[in-house]
Amino acid sequence: MTRILGISGSLRRDSHNTSLLRAAAEAAGPDIEFVLYDGLKQIPPYDEDDDVDPRPESVARLNEAIAAADAVFFSTPEYNSSIPGQLKNAIDWVSRPVATNALRNKPVAVVGASTGGFGAVWAQAELRKVLAAVGARVLDLELPVPHAHTRFEDGGLTDDEIRTRLEEAIEALADAARAREDQRAVV
Amino acid sequence: MSSTLTIAPAGTWNLDPVHSRVDFEVSYLAGTFKGHFNEIAAELTVEDERAALEGTTKVTSIDVNEENLSAHLQSPDFFDAEQYPELRFTAEDIRLDGDGQVSVDGDLTIKGITQPVTVTGTVTAPMSDPYGTERIGLNLTTKVDRTNFGINWNNPLPSGEPSLANDVTILAELQFVKQGES
Repeated sequence: MTRILGISGSLRRDSHNTSLLRAAAEAAGPDIEFVLYDGLKQIPPYDEDDDVDPRPESVARLNEAIAAADAVFFSTPEYNSSIPGQLKNAIDWVSRPVATNALRNKPVAVVGASTGGFGAVWAQAELRKVLAAVGARVLDLELPVPHAHTRFEDGGLTDDEIRTRLEEAIEALADAARAREDQRAVV
Repeated sequence: MSSTLTIAPAGTWNLDPVHSRVDFEVSYLAGTFKGHFNEIAAELTVEDERAALEGTTKVTSIDVNEENLSAHLQSPDFFDAEQYPELRFTAEDIRLDGDGQVSVDGDLTIKGITQPVTVTGTVTAPMSDPYGTERIGLNLTTKVDRTNFGINWNNPLPSGEPSLANDVTILAELQFVKQGES
């Protein structure tokens, strides 16, 4: 069983990106356990003075959730051509300590939804850049979901093409996680 | 083409890792960045006038004097130590070009990608060390384009130019001791 943690970069209750992750959870195959992280709003602003042992409970929870997952699937909206500050802030917490952080070597994939015509492509590129800098194993894939408000009904994904690409993205991520496990078993 | 001059007397020569180094140098920002690998292994085999070399370094032993930078170099951005734990160099026929100069056509494997490389350097005449073993020193150097091995990381300068060069010089200063007859 491959455990994938879904992290939405949006805090909004009816977020398209969170809906996209719920659709991903439904689309995931039977050998994948897809868990949604829901604590982003509780993460405090990063302050090195607060980065002491024990860390803030919300940060420790996020760290444990990532450590317990074989891979992480991010869905991000786009704010001003980049990723939401709260998502970046959370990653900044997780990135410490640099050499041993929970995202290091972790297979990650990034998708994104926006109500505009480009589907958060710049935010996805930014997030891939940040995750690579943190040391994650970033999959070379992109899944833009433009005009997101037209693709969900009552929070459910209504676009079959997007669903197919979502399934492919999850499967690619699960493959990367399994390949990593195989490699670690050999070494 | 087989050699007419061999770099060392026939036999198996084992690396003396304490007195050997594998370093790399690359232009970065306003200077040259240097690092080395602490765990190296190599064996030189001389047989029928052919000298073959096989050497490896452990990527996790990369030493750049800074833990966080070391972690970055081991990440998928650079060597991806978890997936590709070793660098490997093999050469089937090290040629002595005269006057202690050697040249080698070999295969270098970095990040799972094997590329042919030409390596040049020097070899010392065999000497007897105080411990009763025969010893040679082999110094090799080559320059490779790291992007040929899938190491593409960069960070553009304000001018738009890359901050890290693609050409990397690899230097191996190796001492071998001759394995005794068993």
